Amino acid sequence: MRTVAVVGASLAGLSAARSLRKRGYDGRLVLIGDEPHRPYDRPPLSKEFLTGAVGEADLALERDDEDLAAEWVLGTRATGLERTERAIRLADGSRMRADGVVLATGAAARTLPGSEGLAGVHVLRTLDDARALRDELARGGRLVVIGGGFIGAEVASTAYALGLDVTVVEAAPTPLAGPLGEVMGGIVSALHADHGVRLLCGVGVKGLSGERRVDAVLLEDGRGVPADTVVVGVGARPCVDWLEGSGVELDNGVKCGADGRTSLAGVVAVGDCANWYDPYTGTHRRVEHWTGALERPDAAVATLLAYGATEPGVPRPPYFWSDQYGVKIQFVGHAAGADSVTVEDGATDDRSFLAVYRRAGRPVAVLGMNQPRLFTRWRKQLTAAAP
Amino acid sequence: MMIPACRLADLPRGEAHRLDIDPPVSVFHTDDGELFAIDDTCTHQDASLADGWLEGCEVECPLHASKFDLRTGAVDAPPAKLPVRTHEVVVEDGMIYVRVSTRAPNLPPCVASRLAKGPA
Repeated sequence: MRTVAVVGASLAGLSAARSLRKRGYDGRLVLIGDEPHRPYDRPPLSKEFLTGAVGEADLALERDDEDLAAEWVLGTRATGLERTERAIRLADGSRMRADGVVLATGAAARTLPGSEGLAGVHVLRTLDDARALRDELARGGRLVVIGGGFIGAEVASTAYALGLDVTVVEAAPTPLAGPLGEVMGGIVSALHADHGVRLLCGVGVKGLSGERRVDAVLLEDGRGVPADTVVVGVGARPCVDWLEGSGVELDNGVKCGADGRTSLAGVVAVGDCANWYDPYTGTHRRVEHWTGALERPDAAVATLLAYGATEPGVPRPPYFWSDQYGVKIQFVGHAAGADSVTVEDGATDDRSFLAVYRRAGRPVAVLGMNQPRLFTRWRKQLTAAAP
Repeated sequence: MMIPACRLADLPRGEAHRLDIDPPVSVFHTDDGELFAIDDTCTHQDASLADGWLEGCEVECPLHASKFDLRTGAVDAPPAKLPVRTHEVVVEDGMIYVRVSTRAPNLPPCVASRLAKGPA
């Protein structure tokens, strides 16, 4: 293998590049990114970066002394993949042939239809998004966050700390019920009320009002919530349109095996664009977690370098964290399919507890609030019991 | 300076003991029976490595995913970018002592600024 192209220069792409070098690949390595920036860390964008506690230099994912001997093609979007030659077409008209391709194009924030061109409306995914939102939040005023998921909750928490008047609107009856289940979703989202942030649940958003700048969020029940700034946090969709017609099978992202292999030889997928086969659940799952983007590329790179002749290892159960209102939230495993959830330690009222999700008596997921030590123990236990 | 940590008999394999000095230092007893001492605070964010995931000669930060090598202090992956200090461990008469390094620690920005301000 003489040329490997990594399409996507964020955490998953960087992790793949590091893994290639660590595994002894010494050929040409090209990293292609549509943003102009070198790889940077996204979790602080909804937290410390918005408050100014960390700056752009702190976000860099590469170490100062690091040299991957890679060619960086930044600020250019990949527009196509030609299956016969594994050639990548770029928006600048160039074309690059590769022996191995790592697809790491991530996901893009969903927007609200009709919000284009209205000032004061933001999504939060990229560094440029965060810069714009940071400047806006610095003006204070009323913030309405559409979507009570983790990004929305973190932005609400940060904006509250900055002194804004914050309202969160969530279409589902309980925020976070998808990842955490109804009961725990309710307990975690109660953090909003603890801090005087209004949470409106079970009501959809009809649209936004305002001439050139947003002035209110209009709800489907006829209410209007006044807003100086709106953040739309309604999830992300995988960036795989450019792969249409390439022969790479697409289904909610790039459909791939537990080792990242796709339907095309010599092409693997990693990170948020990858819909991995999950041996824990026996289904395909697209997991948009930071730790997945960090850890899973190694398996995909091993597969790529061995021309597919490897047995996929079992990845650790999915893990994510969130920080809201000074509370550390950690979760590992799969809540879907659990038939019980019990608080094993601490008390939910204290916002310091550990809850275990079980299916037929067997632990399948663990949630911790401000319990890092206990959480680590349970995480180890859950991983040891992997299939 | 030699600081007494705890009795060896009180630190089972696979466990860690934190010394609440400033900045805190932790002693790890690996599953193979080796003892190591490193700075307890992850260099990325305020988290206690004694609460982390000990496996072999590595400890993973309890919050995020960076792993530190107990032998060298080196970090393997983001979000942390800087190593932790390592410290000498001595066992005498069943007691574990730590000789704290005189080098400057790599503390995360929030902790570094708090220490710079002095005790609250």
